[in-house]
Amino acid sequence: MSDTNTAGRAQSAPAIELKGISKAFGPVQANKDISLHVAKGAIHGIVGENGAGKSTLMSILYGFYKSDAGEIYINGDLTPIPDSQAAIKAGIGMVHQHFKLVENFTVLENVVLGAEDGAMLKPSLAKARDVLTTLAHEYELDVDPDAVIEDLSVGHQQRVEILKALYRQADILILDEPTGVLTPAEADHLFRILGNLKAEGKTIILITHKLREIMAITDSVSVMRRGEMTATKPTSQTNAQELAELMVGRQVLLQVDKKPASPGAALLRVENLSVRDELGVEKLRNVSFEVRAGEILGVAGVAGNGQSELLEIISGISPADSGKVLINGDAIDIGKTANPNMRRHRGIAHVPEDRHRMGLVMSNMAWENTFLGYQDDPAFEGSFGFMRRENIIEDAKQKIERFDIRPPNPRLKAENFSGGNQQKIVLAREIERNPDVLLVGQPTRGVDIGAIEFIHKQIVALRDAGKAILLVSVELDEILSLSDRVIVMFDGAVAGERDATKTNNKELGMLMAGMAGEAA
Amino acid sequence: MNVLPKWVDIILIPLINLLLALIVAGIVVIFIGENPVEAMRLLIVGALGSSYGIGFTLFYATSFVFTGLAVAVAFHASLFNIGGEGQAGIAGLGVAIVALNLDHTHWLLVFPLAIIAAALFGAAWAAIPAYLQAKRGSHIVITTIMFNYIASALLIYLLVNQLKVEGAMAPETRRFAEGAHLPFMHEMMGWIGLSMTKTPMNISFIWALMCCVGVWLLIWRTRLGYEIRAFGQSEPAARYAGISPTKIIMIAMLISGALAGMMALNVVVGGFSQKLVNDPIQGAGFVGIAVALMGRSHPVGVLLAAILFGVLYQGGAELAFEMPSISREMILVIQALVILFTGALENMVRGPVTRLFLSLRRGAI
Amino acid sequence: MDLATILQLFDSSLRLATPLLFACLAGLFSERAGIFDIGLEGKILASAFAAGAFAAVTGSAMLGLCAGLVASIMMSLIHGLASITFQGNQIISGVAINFLASGLTALIGQNWFHQGGQTPPLSGSGRFQSLTWPLAEKLNSLPVIGPIYKELISGHNILVYVALLCVPVTWWVLFRTRFGLRLRAVGENPGAVDTAGISVTRLRYQAVIICGILCGLAGVYLSTAMAAGFGREMSAGRGFIALAALIFAKWKPVPALFTCLLFGFLEAVAIRYQSIDLGFGTVPVQFMQALPYILTVVILAGFVGKAIPPKAGGRPYVKER
Repeated sequence: MSDTNTAGRAQSAPAIELKGISKAFGPVQANKDISLHVAKGAIHGIVGENGAGKSTLMSILYGFYKSDAGEIYINGDLTPIPDSQAAIKAGIGMVHQHFKLVENFTVLENVVLGAEDGAMLKPSLAKARDVLTTLAHEYELDVDPDAVIEDLSVGHQQRVEILKALYRQADILILDEPTGVLTPAEADHLFRILGNLKAEGKTIILITHKLREIMAITDSVSVMRRGEMTATKPTSQTNAQELAELMVGRQVLLQVDKKPASPGAALLRVENLSVRDELGVEKLRNVSFEVRAGEILGVAGVAGNGQSELLEIISGISPADSGKVLINGDAIDIGKTANPNMRRHRGIAHVPEDRHRMGLVMSNMAWENTFLGYQDDPAFEGSFGFMRRENIIEDAKQKIERFDIRPPNPRLKAENFSGGNQQKIVLAREIERNPDVLLVGQPTRGVDIGAIEFIHKQIVALRDAGKAILLVSVELDEILSLSDRVIVMFDGAVAGERDATKTNNKELGMLMAGMAGEAA
Repeated sequence: MNVLPKWVDIILIPLINLLLALIVAGIVVIFIGENPVEAMRLLIVGALGSSYGIGFTLFYATSFVFTGLAVAVAFHASLFNIGGEGQAGIAGLGVAIVALNLDHTHWLLVFPLAIIAAALFGAAWAAIPAYLQAKRGSHIVITTIMFNYIASALLIYLLVNQLKVEGAMAPETRRFAEGAHLPFMHEMMGWIGLSMTKTPMNISFIWALMCCVGVWLLIWRTRLGYEIRAFGQSEPAARYAGISPTKIIMIAMLISGALAGMMALNVVVGGFSQKLVNDPIQGAGFVGIAVALMGRSHPVGVLLAAILFGVLYQGGAELAFEMPSISREMILVIQALVILFTGALENMVRGPVTRLFLSLRRGAI
Repeated sequence: MDLATILQLFDSSLRLATPLLFACLAGLFSERAGIFDIGLEGKILASAFAAGAFAAVTGSAMLGLCAGLVASIMMSLIHGLASITFQGNQIISGVAINFLASGLTALIGQNWFHQGGQTPPLSGSGRFQSLTWPLAEKLNSLPVIGPIYKELISGHNILVYVALLCVPVTWWVLFRTRFGLRLRAVGENPGAVDTAGISVTRLRYQAVIICGILCGLAGVYLSTAMAAGFGREMSAGRGFIALAALIFAKWKPVPALFTCLLFGFLEAVAIRYQSIDLGFGTVPVQFMQALPYILTVVILAGFVGKAIPPKAGGRPYVKER
């Protein structure tokens, strides 16, 4: 890599040193005067809540964004990184949270893209084929070089991303939330790969918000909060509780105050629900469960194991192929003619997983969002199809007051509220209808800690009022602290059911990985 | 996140864009060897300097209001209806059929029936692209372009083989009798004792104003409008809210096609020609795109932008007469520049203006 | 129908397909790179005018060609500026370019030549002349093969052969070179290209310029090879037929050739016959003219094989946050 003169200095110098990095997106200060050392051959973790600025910082290091201020040193040398090309030259590779792969290209084509040797493709592809074989042996990175990306599993696609970086001879590898989409087994495999890479002397930066991963595999860890780096420590000298506090800036209340449940009759019952997507892949396989009055049923699972389909079918957004959904004992339409409006009339409310895409029309004003889905309510719709604006705005004002939505301005566009207040708008809309059944997806994703408490309290209060609540979340801690019972989804099926008070992270984790036998 | 005050968004930026378009147009005029200031003066005087000019200006504007509203309504549903040209052409056929059959009666009968025919024919021509978009996902921009050409071929075929006067050369219908002539504005002024120069401006203009009000009510005051906007801004949110994408795409496009169709009233039974000719639309369907862009898809904006383009068309014709070296196609150039600056190059102005306001705001704090 | 008629029909099909083919391949480069282009028509028109005007003034078809290319590339760059640099709406930009070309050509044409927007007629070296292939006359006496060689293969101007040659070249560039790989990638997932350290902006500008060159050739062909001079609106919707052909060919070069030949054939038939008697009824000429559009709608509707455009097409590339 370097000649003998600089070798000594490079030995002692950190692989990466950032000095005073700042970056603003319009009015938002994403990174503020950040400094960081990462020793050579170390696995360094960066933790922080969503929106803390971790991804932005790494995108700057990878040349994807240009920083407004600050310097980057690689192996002790000042290295300006104006674009990704420069980062690649400096030996930096990055595995993005959302993979940057061309889906209709083969693995080989994706690997050589941007790293071709010469203007003709053939020699490049041949060379890449050889290199890939070597890398596969060296690091447990097996993947068919001729497979088309869209046919590969998420885990394999991630391997292609790592291969891309290694093919470019990266010495520093950045991984952004690599386990978010992986099963625990796939995640373990990934960690083994990272271990192999470390053994070869590569430096690794791991961005995550999962403290367990940090504690398990990193050598040192930095915490980011609101665009600032609040601490950097050797992993051996800290613990998960301390990191969590540093992340949120105050004591975390992981436990939710709630009385034991006193469940009544089953309000929502799902029987043998199955569905395939348009490609014929089974997304739900014979899913059955029931949610009783005064009970929260948690649905745990790695994202993409059928939870979203489950919510969409019960809420009437998309049809099922077979099975039954019963509300208060009555079967409801889950065919092609299913409609979310019919569900709302039956007393089902739905806080969708993705409030930006689904729960809110971001460019509409707050008041216009407080009746989304209830636009056919006679209180809101007058004669000749006209809206009763005065009624709606008055109703919106009341919701804003009761849910303490800030700023309390019904004419502000939804996009101008913070994540927590946006979620409160959705929650106010759905809870205030006093539904019999509440479907909640990822209630606290991207929500600040203060709002999380408020939202959790609202959900528990609704349970105590005798309603049935189906809670889908990828955060195991949230599932465990809110639910009375838990079911785990794996590969479209219910992998197991547990009493929330009698199970733990580990057992649920095994179920989530599809290892039901070992969990029992 | 939009940090700009509303007035900047809807007034300042469109004005800067318009100014840029006019500056570039001015450079073209200089290139041709004429004085752009003088050209501008002639254009404005030609369009607004006499009641004759104003009448023609508003006659053109009438057409543009309809096609502009058509594009605007589709825009609200996030659909790009580039087929106003074809929809209006087919609507012209519908209007002509009404007029040919009923021109022995009275305009009071012909007018409402012609409105219905224009709406039905225009909507029908929009229906197939709408259906293909809603059900098959066929890109509506491409299908509506294709339908413009199909409409034009169909219209020529019918004019040549079915509607042409026996033995005549020109592919056009016979001239309608008096009973199909919509009242001209100068006639209507006469009814209330005012006099106005004879121009092709007619009662369609008033109908266009009513359509502006109607579209405003539809989009911002009705549940359907709410659903159209919700769908246009976020399809997943609309599906979540129980709003059927198919229904909204169909309804929005049918309304859009019907509005584009109304434009045929103005040129077939409204203006001086009083017959269906080959290519009755003369590009007004495309002007609608510029009008909707300038008018930010709001009926008031559409009305103002339509008048602006009316000025351009009428003034441009006068300009070509006064300055023979500047031919009528100057209108097309200015139109292209307006579309370019207000539509395609919008961020060129918006970016710096946003940064300016951000720094002003920081300074204030 | 005798052999001579058939050959004449095929011969004129090829002549009429040539500008379509140039424009179709132009659109292919642009749309494969993720830039939708409904402004092909305007670029063809601008180029046809510039070529006609410069060839008329200089008497050189080659200078006309250069002028045509420059005009078309200028239009391309406007489209690039709008849709790449300023991340504007590509459809709107295309519409603007069509109007701009339509207006400017007529305006400047009238200003320069005072012939109602036309350019002076071209003759001699001002036009691209037909090339007669060796032995064309001698072999003509051979039955069938002779006339085919003379009428169909020989006797076209150089641009026809260039257009045909562009098809394998396009295929080769797209699927066998580094540039082609990157071009296809940027139309499918510009994020992948960006993170691989390649400039999306540069790549897309390159595609847009190639599109300009090919559209330019289409325009040059119209005014200095097929016709002898520029006439107002002489592109006559060919940019849109090319767009239809591109969709019909599913953004692939070899099917593009056959589609353009088919559409050229339809046009040739429509020109030659006012209506076609099929025994049970007549097909009006207008139907023949509308057929390319109808066929494209059918393909778009997905009833006969679905046409799936490049995934990132039509959307400006914005780095996600």
